[in-house]
Amino acid sequence: MKFWSKVITIAWKDALSEMRTKETISAVLVFTLLVIVIFNFTFGANQEVMAVVAPGILWTTFVFAGVLSLNRAFIPEKEQGCLEGLMACPVSREVIYTGKVMSNLFFMLIVESIALPIFAFLFNLPFLSPQIIVIAVVTTIGFVTVGTLFSALAVNTKAREMVLPILFLPIVIPILIGAVKASELTLAGQSWNDLALWLQIIVAFNVIFLVVSLLIFDSVIAE
Amino acid sequence: MKRNALLMLSFILMVAALYLIFIYVPTESKMGVVQRIFYLMVPMGWIAMLAFIVTATGSILYLTKKSDKWDALALSSCEVGVVFTTLALVTGSIWAKPVWGVWWDWGTPRLTSTLILWFIYLAYFLARNLATEEYRGATFAAVAAIIGLADIPIIILATTLWQGLHPPPLIFQEGGLDPKMRFTVLMSVIAFTVLYIVLLRFRISLRQSEAELGTLKELDE
Repeated sequence: MKFWSKVITIAWKDALSEMRTKETISAVLVFTLLVIVIFNFTFGANQEVMAVVAPGILWTTFVFAGVLSLNRAFIPEKEQGCLEGLMACPVSREVIYTGKVMSNLFFMLIVESIALPIFAFLFNLPFLSPQIIVIAVVTTIGFVTVGTLFSALAVNTKAREMVLPILFLPIVIPILIGAVKASELTLAGQSWNDLALWLQIIVAFNVIFLVVSLLIFDSVIAE
Repeated sequence: MKRNALLMLSFILMVAALYLIFIYVPTESKMGVVQRIFYLMVPMGWIAMLAFIVTATGSILYLTKKSDKWDALALSSCEVGVVFTTLALVTGSIWAKPVWGVWWDWGTPRLTSTLILWFIYLAYFLARNLATEEYRGATFAAVAAIIGLADIPIIILATTLWQGLHPPPLIFQEGGLDPKMRFTVLMSVIAFTVLYIVLLRFRISLRQSEAELGTLKELDE
C-alpha cells in the first residue's frame, strides 16, 4: 500500500505540472491531428483505400505521438534540476519508474481519448468500439513501459530527442503489429475470440517489459 | 599460440565448407544453382542470433558484476554480430531475387525479424556512443541489449503470425532435406561459428589494448 501511495504522489506531481502548463498534452494533440491530416493527403481521399489503411494510420500516429510525449517525460525534469531532487527522494527507483509510467500512461490516454473520436469522425469508421478502446489501452501500456525506460536513458545522452525513437521503435514493432492486426480484425467485424491471439501477444509483451524495466531502471538513472 | 591454432582451424574449416558448398553438394532441382546461397545464409543468420545472445549475456553480467571484461565481451560480440547480420540480410536479398522475383519479401518472417534485429544492434551502438560519459554509454548499451534480447522471441512470434504462417520447423527436423545438403549446412554452420569465435577473440584483445592505451594516456596527462 505504501508503494502505491508514493507512486501516486510522483504521478500526481507530473499531472499537476501538466495541468498548469498544458505543454505536453496540447502539443501532442495538435501533432496527432496534423499527422492524421497529412495521411489523408498522402493516401488520397478515396473512402475504400482509407478503410484498408486506417488501422495502420491510427497506430503510426499513436506511436509517433508516443515518442513525442515520452520525450517530454524526463527532459523538463533534467532541465529544471528536478531529476536530482527525485533521485534524492527517500523512495526506491522502482517507485520513480512506476510513477513515471503512470503519468505517461495518463497523458497518452488523454490524447488518445480525444484523437479516437476525431479519427472516427474523419474516416467514417467505427473507431469507438469497445474492442478498439481495449486494444488502445493495452498497447499504450506497452508503449509507456518500454518508453519510460528509454526516455530516462535518452535524457543522459548528447542527442536526447533523437535517441528515444531509434531505441524505442524497433522494440515496439511486435505490439504495433498486434495492435494493427487486432484493429483490422475489429473493423472487419470479427468477434473478440479472433482478437484474443493478438491481445495475448500485447499483454505478454507488457508483462515481460514491465518486469525487465523494473529490474534495470536503476542502472539507467544511477549517477 | 592458442589463438593461431584457432585461426588455422577456422581457415581449414572455411575452405572445407566452401568445397562442400560449391563442389560437393548437388544442385537443388527447383531453384538451381542460386540455392547454394542457402549454405551461407543459414550460418550467417545463426551467427546474427548467437552474437546477439552473447552480447545480451555479457550485458547482463556487466550490469550485475560491473566488470569491464563483460562489457568488452558484449561490445566485441555486437560488432562482429552486426557484420554477420548485414551479410545475412544481403545474402537473403540475393536469394530472394531469383526465387521470388523481388529483392525484399515482407512475407518472410525470418527476413523481417532479422531486419528488426539489425535495428536493435544499431540501437546498441547508438546508446553507447551518444551517452554523455563513457561509463554511462556501457550501461546504456547493456540496457538496450537486454531489452532487445527480451524482445526477440516476441518479434519472431509476431512477424510469423503477421503472415498467417505457423512457426516453421528447424532445418534439421525437415524430412525433405537431402543428407548431403544437411551435412553441408551443418559443416558451414560449424565453420562460421569458429570464425565468429576467432573474430570475437581478436576484437576483445583489441579492446583490452584500447583500454591500456587509454590508461597510459591518462598517466601522461
